[in-house]
Amino acid sequence: MAEKILTSCAIGGPVFVHVDDGRITKIRPIVFDENDPQPWTIEARGKKFTPPRQFSLGSYVVTQKSRIYSENRIKYPMKRVDFDPNGERNPQNRGKSGYARISWDEAFDILESEIRRIHATYGKAAIAACTSSHADFGLLQYKMGPFGRFWNMLGYTQILDNPDSWEGWHWGATHAWGYYWKLGISDNFGMLEEALKHTELLVMWGVDPNTSAGGYNGQDGCRWRWWCKELGMKMVFIDPWCNFTAATWADKWIAPYPATDAAMAEAIAYVWITEDTYDHWFVENKTLGFEEFKKHILGEEEGGFPRTPEWAAEICGVNARDIYVLAREWASKKTMLCTGSIYGVSGACRQPYATEWARLMVYLLAMRGLGADGCNTWGGASMAPPMDMDFRFFGYSDNGWDAFGIVAEETAQNSVKQKAYRLLLPECIMNEKTEWIGEGFCGNSLEQQLTRQVCPLPPEEGGAPIKMLYRQGGSFISTMTDTNRWPRMFQHPNLEFFVTADIHWQSETKFADLILPICSGFEKKDICELGAPGGYGANDMGANYRVIIYMNKCIEPLWESKSDYDIYCELAKRLGFYDRYTEGNTIEDWIRKVYNKSSMPEYMSFEEFKEKGYFVVPPPPPGTKAAVSNKWYYEDRECDVPDHKNPLKGTERAKMMGTPSGKIEFVSTFLQEHFPDDKERPVMGQFLPPWEGKGSPLEEKYPLVLMTPHMRFSYHTHFDNKSPWLDEIPAHRVVKDGYAYWIVRLHKVDAEARGIKNGDLVKLYNDRGAVLCVAHVTERMKPGVLMSYQAGAKYDPLEPGKPGSIDRGGCVNLLSPARMVSKNAPGMVSNSINVEIERWEV
Amino acid sequence: MSKKYGIVIDVAKCTGCYACFLACKDENCGEAHPGYTEAQPMTGQYWLNITEVERGTFPKVKISHIPKLCNHCDNPGCMQMAENGAVYKRDDGIVIIDPEKAVGQKQIVNTCPYRVIFWNEEKQLPQKCDLCAHFLDQGFEKPRCVEMCPTGALVFGDLNDPNSEISKLVAEKKPYPLRPEFELGDNVLYLNVPKKFITGTVIYKDTDQCAKDVKVTLKGNGVEQSLETDVFGDFWFEGLESKTDYTVEIEAEGYKKVCLQARTMKDVDLGEIFLEK
Repeated sequence: MAEKILTSCAIGGPVFVHVDDGRITKIRPIVFDENDPQPWTIEARGKKFTPPRQFSLGSYVVTQKSRIYSENRIKYPMKRVDFDPNGERNPQNRGKSGYARISWDEAFDILESEIRRIHATYGKAAIAACTSSHADFGLLQYKMGPFGRFWNMLGYTQILDNPDSWEGWHWGATHAWGYYWKLGISDNFGMLEEALKHTELLVMWGVDPNTSAGGYNGQDGCRWRWWCKELGMKMVFIDPWCNFTAATWADKWIAPYPATDAAMAEAIAYVWITEDTYDHWFVENKTLGFEEFKKHILGEEEGGFPRTPEWAAEICGVNARDIYVLAREWASKKTMLCTGSIYGVSGACRQPYATEWARLMVYLLAMRGLGADGCNTWGGASMAPPMDMDFRFFGYSDNGWDAFGIVAEETAQNSVKQKAYRLLLPECIMNEKTEWIGEGFCGNSLEQQLTRQVCPLPPEEGGAPIKMLYRQGGSFISTMTDTNRWPRMFQHPNLEFFVTADIHWQSETKFADLILPICSGFEKKDICELGAPGGYGANDMGANYRVIIYMNKCIEPLWESKSDYDIYCELAKRLGFYDRYTEGNTIEDWIRKVYNKSSMPEYMSFEEFKEKGYFVVPPPPPGTKAAVSNKWYYEDRECDVPDHKNPLKGTERAKMMGTPSGKIEFVSTFLQEHFPDDKERPVMGQFLPPWEGKGSPLEEKYPLVLMTPHMRFSYHTHFDNKSPWLDEIPAHRVVKDGYAYWIVRLHKVDAEARGIKNGDLVKLYNDRGAVLCVAHVTERMKPGVLMSYQAGAKYDPLEPGKPGSIDRGGCVNLLSPARMVSKNAPGMVSNSINVEIERWEV
Repeated sequence: MSKKYGIVIDVAKCTGCYACFLACKDENCGEAHPGYTEAQPMTGQYWLNITEVERGTFPKVKISHIPKLCNHCDNPGCMQMAENGAVYKRDDGIVIIDPEKAVGQKQIVNTCPYRVIFWNEEKQLPQKCDLCAHFLDQGFEKPRCVEMCPTGALVFGDLNDPNSEISKLVAEKKPYPLRPEFELGDNVLYLNVPKKFITGTVIYKDTDQCAKDVKVTLKGNGVEQSLETDVFGDFWFEGLESKTDYTVEIEAEGYKKVCLQARTMKDVDLGEIFLEK
C-alpha cells in the first residue's frame, strides 16, 4: 500500500505522520506548502527577521513512534491477581503482586459494580479521580474533555491541581501585580518585536528556555533567542547550575545557592536606591508602598539592616561586585527580565518561600518602569511573535473541566462539593481529616487563595472519606513531592479500589487493582490549535504561527487499547447517562461543531480542512503594531492586549493592575487585610532564610542542596522510559551494567570529597528516601549544589512494594519535602532539598 | 554540472537539543530503505551522534555540542577498502553502503577515521548515514536531521550551486572539515568548533570593583591580540591552539601592569586578577 501522510498534533507541536500499511513509519514537523501564508517579518535595528515556513518540534516529540510502539505499552485490561472485588482485596500487596489479563467486559463489570457499591455504601464523594497533563495534545480529547465531562456528570471528589510549575508566581506575585487570571504571571504580548527593536540586556533568572521549551510551542523560540544574540543583546543567567541555555549562550553566569535568590534581588534594589537609578515617576505614580520597601532595603525599619550586595553575597555565595555590576547594567540598559510566563517557570519559583522571590521580581520590574520601551517581563525570551489574535479558535481549558461544553448543549457540573488537594492526596486518603488553604488554581480571584478546605467534608455537606481512586494517565510518583507518601497511600486499607487507565506502564500502574489500556493520541481523532491551552493560558503563544490541526486517527488503537472517551461512553451507558454524555454526537460530530464555531469556516470548508489536515492562520499584515503587555499600564492607557481573561477590561478599572489598589503593590493590601501577621509571607515581599536548603537546620546532617528543575528530554513522565532512544542521550540517562540510570550532576570538589568519580553509581539520600543515580561530575555545578532533573518516569524500588525502599529508577522526588512553600502558600518545593551523596557498590 | 550535497554545521547555534539525533533514529531504526540502507538496530548505532564538549572550570564554563555524521567525502576511505563495489558515491555526492553487496565486509567499518560506520552483528553489515538519499529521492527537501534543527544550525544543500544557501554560507563564513588533516574532502563542514580559551576576571584591588574596559593583550603562537574586559571585568580569548604557551598582559591606567603565563593544556581560567596601584 502506498504511504499516506496524515496530520496530528503532538504535545510539542503539529506533525506529519507517515503511515504505511497501517504502521507509522515516521513523524516529522509540519512543513508548509506553497499555498500556506508567507511568514511575518520583524525589522529591527537595520535587520530583518523572518521565521522558517515550518514548525520546530520539541526534540522528544520525535521519539513518538517508538513511544507508540513501545514494549512498555499497556496492552490489555488487567486485574491484580490477589484483588477480589467480592472478597479479599489485599491492598497491602499493591506494588508487589502480579496481574492477570481480563476481557474488557470483565473490566467494565468490575468498574460498574464498584462505582455502584461505593455510591450506595459511602456516597458519590467517596470516589476521587485525577488525570495528568500533557501525555498527548488535543482539544476535545485532552484531559479536560472525556475525563472532565464524565466525572462532573457523575459527581466525584475533584483533586485540585497545585500550580506546580510556577508556585511562587501564583501564591506570591499575584499579591504584587494581580494577574490572578493568569495564575500570577504577566501575559506576554507583542514581546518579540518589542525586544528586538529596543532591548539591550536579557536577565534570565532561574530559567533554562532551551530546555523547558519543547512542550506546547516546541522550539520555535530558540531561534528568537539566537536573533537576540545576533543583535548583540547580552544574556546574564542567574541559576545555581550553568543550565543548557546558559552554558551555550550566556555572556555571564551568576550562581547563587538555591532559595537565596531573593537576597540578591533585595541587593539589586539596594544599589538602585542608593545610587538613585530607579524610575521615580513609575514608583510614585504606579505603585503602592515603595517608601516602606525603601526603608526595609536601606535598613531604616525597626531592627533592620541595609540589604547591601555584601550582605547578599554572603548568603548567596556570589561576589558582591557581580551584584553591583548586574544592578548597574540593568539600570543603564533597556532590560527584559526573562522570567515568568510559560517558559519562564520551574526554577526559583519552586523553592521554600518562593513567594518572596517572585514578588521581588515584580518589585524590580516596577523600579525599572514596567512597560517602558524594551523594559518588561518576557518569560524565557520565549513568547509572543506577531500573530492575528482576532482569529477565533479554542484551547482545551476554554470551558473549564468540560471541553465538550465549548459546543455541547449542556456543560457538566459537579454535584459533589468535596475536594482533595493533589499535594495532599495521600493524607486525604490515609488520614481522618486533612486541611489546607486555597482552591488550587486560583484564577478567578485573589479570594480563592483564602478558602479553608477540609477533606472529607462533613456528611451533611455531602462529604465522605475517599474509597476509590480513578487515575487517568500519568503518575504522581515522580512528579509530586515526598513521593514515598504515594506507595503508602496505595497500600492503605482506606483505599478500597484503585483503577489506572493509561497508555504506558507508569510508576503508579503496578499499584492498581484494575488496569485499563489507553490508546495514544495518534490512535484517535481530535482537532486543536498548536500549543493552545485556552483558559488561564489563552493567547499565550510561543510558536511562530497559529496552526489549526485536524488530528487524524493515524492508526487503529494498538493491542486492546481504547480511547478514554470510548471507555467513558461505555461507563456512561452502564450508569445511565450516555445520551447526556454524548448528546448523540460521534467524535467527528464534536470536531465539526468546534470547527463551525471557530473562524475556520471563513477560510475553507470542513472537508477541505480535513483533507489538508492543517491551517496556518495568516500573520497580521506588515506594519501592524501589536499591543505590548504592560505598556498600557506604563502609558496610563486602558489595557489593550488581547487578554480575554482580564476581568478589568471594559470596566472603569481598565487602566489598573489586578491588585485591590489597582497599582503594583510593594505592600500588599490583600495580605495586610487577611494575613497581617504571617511571618512566612509578610505583607511586603522580602528575603527569608529558607526552611530547607543552604543554611537551614537540615544542613548539618545533609550538607548538599539538590535542585530538581523540569526535564530536558521528557515531558513530565510521558517520554522518559517509553523510548529506548532517550536512554542513549548521555545528558538524559546513562546505561551502566545494562541498566539506564538517572543522572545527578555535581561539582568535582563535592565528588572528590566523597571519593566519587564521573560515571560512578551513587546513592542520593536523606531521611525521606534514597535514589540510585549515575554521577555526572561537572564544572557546571556550583560546589555544594547538586542537580538532578525533576524525576524520571520509572520508579523502580529495589524492594518492590515497600515504601521507603531505595529506588534505582531515578525518582528523585522521593527526596523532596512534603512541606509546602509556606503556611498559607500551598505550593510544592522541589529546588532546594538537603541531601547527602555517596558511592554505591553493587 | 551535477549536484554535490553537503551540510554546514554551525556549532555556535547548536543548543544540544538532540532533535537531529532523534530524527535520525526515527528515520532509520527498524526502518529498512530498500536499495539504500538496511534497518538500523533500535539501539547501539548512531548515524548522527552528538559530542558534548565541556570547557573551563566553575564559574567560567561553556559547553558546545558537535553533531557528527558521515561526511560523504570526495575521497571516501570506505569506498577504497570496499570489495565488489559495495560502497559507491552517487552523482550527487552521497556515499552509500550497498546493503546487499556489503554483507560480511567488516573491514569497511574501520576505514573511517571519523568512526561513523557501525557494524550490524546480526546482519553482518556495515551501516551508516545515507544523508536520507531515500527520502530526498522521494522529493523531500532536506535530510531529517536538518529538517528538525530548531535554530538553523544545520544547513543542507547543493555545494555546486553558487546560489544555494549552503554555497553562500561557504563563501561568506569559510566553514572547515572537523579534522582537515584526514584530507578526505569532507562535505560536512563546520563553523565555530570550540578550541581552547583563556579567561580571567580583572578586579581593582583598592575598590574591589570589577574592572571594565581594561585592555588585555594575549601573546603567543606568533600572534598578538587585544581586547577589553566586559562590565564584569571578564575577558575571554577564544579560538586558541592547545598545548601552547601564552602570555596575558593587563594594563589599566594608574595600576601596575600584570603579566601572566598560561599553557593551554586545557581551557584556562586565570581566576580573579587583582590590579594594584
